[in-house]
Amino acid sequence: MANTYSKVGEMTTNDGVPLKISLQRSQRKLKLWAFLLVAPLLIFITISFILPVVSMTMRGVENPQVANILPNVVDALYVWDGVDLPDEAAYEALVIDLTAGRKNKNIGKVASRLNYERSGMRRVISGSSRKAAKLKEGPYKEQMIKINKAWGDVTTWSLIKRESGAFTYSYLVAAVDYKITDQGDIVAKSEEKQIYKSLFGRTLMMSFTITIICILLAYPIAYLLATLPMAKSNLLMILVLLPFWTSLLVRTTTWIVLLQSNGVLNDILVWMNIIDDSGRLQMIYNQTGTIIAMTHILLPFMVLPLYSVMKTIPPSYMRAALSLGANPVVSYVRVYIPMTVTGIGAGSLLVFILSIGYYITPALVGGQSGVLISNMIAYHMQNSLNWGLAGALGFILLVIVMIFYAIFNKVIGIDKMKMG
Amino acid sequence: MKKLLKRSIVATAIAAVSMTMMTTAVQAESSLTVVSWGGSYSKSQMRAYHEPWTAKTGTKILHEDKSGTGLAGIRSQVEANNVSWDLVDMLEGNAMIACDEGLIEEINYDEILAPAPDGTPASKDFLGGLNGCFIPQIYYATLFAYNDEMFKGEKPSTIADIFDLEKFPGKRSLEKIPAGNLEWALMADGVAAKDIYDVLSTEEGVTRAFKKLDTIKDSVIWWEAGAQPPQLLSDKEVSIASGYNGRFFGAQVNEKQPFTIIWDGQLAEIDGWVVPKGKLTPELKKYIKFITDTQRLADQSKYISYGPARKSSASLVDKHADTGVDMKPHMPTSPANFTNPIIKNAEWWANNNDDMSERFNAWLSK
Repeated sequence: MANTYSKVGEMTTNDGVPLKISLQRSQRKLKLWAFLLVAPLLIFITISFILPVVSMTMRGVENPQVANILPNVVDALYVWDGVDLPDEAAYEALVIDLTAGRKNKNIGKVASRLNYERSGMRRVISGSSRKAAKLKEGPYKEQMIKINKAWGDVTTWSLIKRESGAFTYSYLVAAVDYKITDQGDIVAKSEEKQIYKSLFGRTLMMSFTITIICILLAYPIAYLLATLPMAKSNLLMILVLLPFWTSLLVRTTTWIVLLQSNGVLNDILVWMNIIDDSGRLQMIYNQTGTIIAMTHILLPFMVLPLYSVMKTIPPSYMRAALSLGANPVVSYVRVYIPMTVTGIGAGSLLVFILSIGYYITPALVGGQSGVLISNMIAYHMQNSLNWGLAGALGFILLVIVMIFYAIFNKVIGIDKMKMG
Repeated sequence: MKKLLKRSIVATAIAAVSMTMMTTAVQAESSLTVVSWGGSYSKSQMRAYHEPWTAKTGTKILHEDKSGTGLAGIRSQVEANNVSWDLVDMLEGNAMIACDEGLIEEINYDEILAPAPDGTPASKDFLGGLNGCFIPQIYYATLFAYNDEMFKGEKPSTIADIFDLEKFPGKRSLEKIPAGNLEWALMADGVAAKDIYDVLSTEEGVTRAFKKLDTIKDSVIWWEAGAQPPQLLSDKEVSIASGYNGRFFGAQVNEKQPFTIIWDGQLAEIDGWVVPKGKLTPELKKYIKFITDTQRLADQSKYISYGPARKSSASLVDKHADTGVDMKPHMPTSPANFTNPIIKNAEWWANNNDDMSERFNAWLSK
């Protein structure tokens, strides 16, 4: 006993270590084990999710090309007033940088970068770099302007100066249909080039529509699933899950087969004389097609959370309401539906957020009026190769999703949700 | 704990590195990864180039159909310092961009490419496009074809006819990019082929082209993969479609589809090979020399109707390997077909594609 009480009021173990510390030690071991168990998952999520998201977001603001490839020009322009053409030193720096860029084969990066800001800059930069390498001696100002008259234009230089920082907001500005003028003002793009704002709007609108349709379709199914006898509800459950297990591409192309203008549905309608052969309905390659196919694909995400909530509602509640004098409709609306709100919330959140970022289905069946913002992001990743703009668009999409998540959380409460 | 974490990270890293080393060692032994466009075009390359080379040397050729996103692929592989492609089939315009960006190897033409049989050095034998990194392979055309069964009376024969929905009813299918469509719109609006790029270089010219496209916009189904237009035509989803002449030829000859090609206003373009940075090994050099020699380029035209990019190959163009059809009248470069071509200006598109695509996408979504 004397060993365990080294000081009055402080418990120790047999070897005289205070119990508190000893407990911490043994718990530390447990914590370490727990951490090691989740470490693979943590590393996986960091590498495959968090790092890519951060790096894509950074691409939306990073601007290393001008500063790294034209370093001497950036230095020379540091003190330039931006009113008249810069002096000979800047032109000499330009020749040095263009020659070096040609030699290191990275001049195209800066040419692409500046071409995003102003069309034609690609030819100005790469063409001049080819010719600048052949210049023997200065003064260079006259010679460069002779090579390309863009070098005699103040706005070319102010563009380079503007984009010489390590970060730029020009991608973010472009992602909401604005542009930066030669004077540095931010103004809306001309009408015929505006696209992203309306695409963001369309994406939200269509996601909202799909969510509503999913609620309307899934609610009766989930109710049947939860209330039918086991044997029948199991069969129904398989019918819900079967498409869920089928490849997404198969489901999407099936809709193409069904809905296209020479497709099954149109053929049946023509055969039944409901429409004539020249008046076949356009149900795919437009918004309608996207909404139909996506609703079908996302429906299980609504059915399952609803089902799991409905399953927990005892039938005795409804019976109690009925026995207290409410008619079936009133008892259903006032007793049953309020208890399923958490399921509706969880399902809506899933369907809404999934459809905001949906990509492959709209690409296949969307035509021109049914594509979503994610298709534009994919386009900039794969075709136009403007990864900066793709990063900026992705970042804005992420912010929108976060905002909706916060709203959902405020209205329904994430902690109350049941995901199935 | 930090130590343990560190150790496990190191262990994982070592495992990962040794695994990649093992796989590269296996690959390096006897295979080359060649990236191309897929479909009947890749098949023609396999039969004319790859199979003879494998028979000769035992080197396996791994095929990837990724040329549609070839520039993006090369860029991400070079940036990540992990290049897995050895040879990539690419359009001249994209090759120019990749060359300027330093993503692909510079080619010393006369050293790497075989001379013509009569001894003419390669640099004099190829038809244009030797811009430093790009090895021309074929001349191909993007052009219009129609399904005979959709037009009972008069058949369309000019670019203007394609924009005439009253005379020639039915849907059209166009590629979902601005290149080509803008040129054809101007030609249909009365601009001569040689003036098209001058007109397109002005703001009014671009507006004029989009205005012309507006007249058929509601009747267009947009395609994105080269295999789609022949499919849409044979399904009668559209009556006229733009597409690659080799694909239409394949449908005409191999599948006996009732298609007719409109050679008027064909958009002629060169396609060829590029080598991603760091991949120009002695083995690959030998392979390139083989597949770009006069006979091999002529051989490819036995399988698909694209014109070989060497002058010396022209006289060797022969009959189709499977059907015995004479290939000469099907070449986009044969005089009867080359009457009113638009020569695609790769440099103009390298400069203006960003701008035009932006406007095109906005126009599409309205």
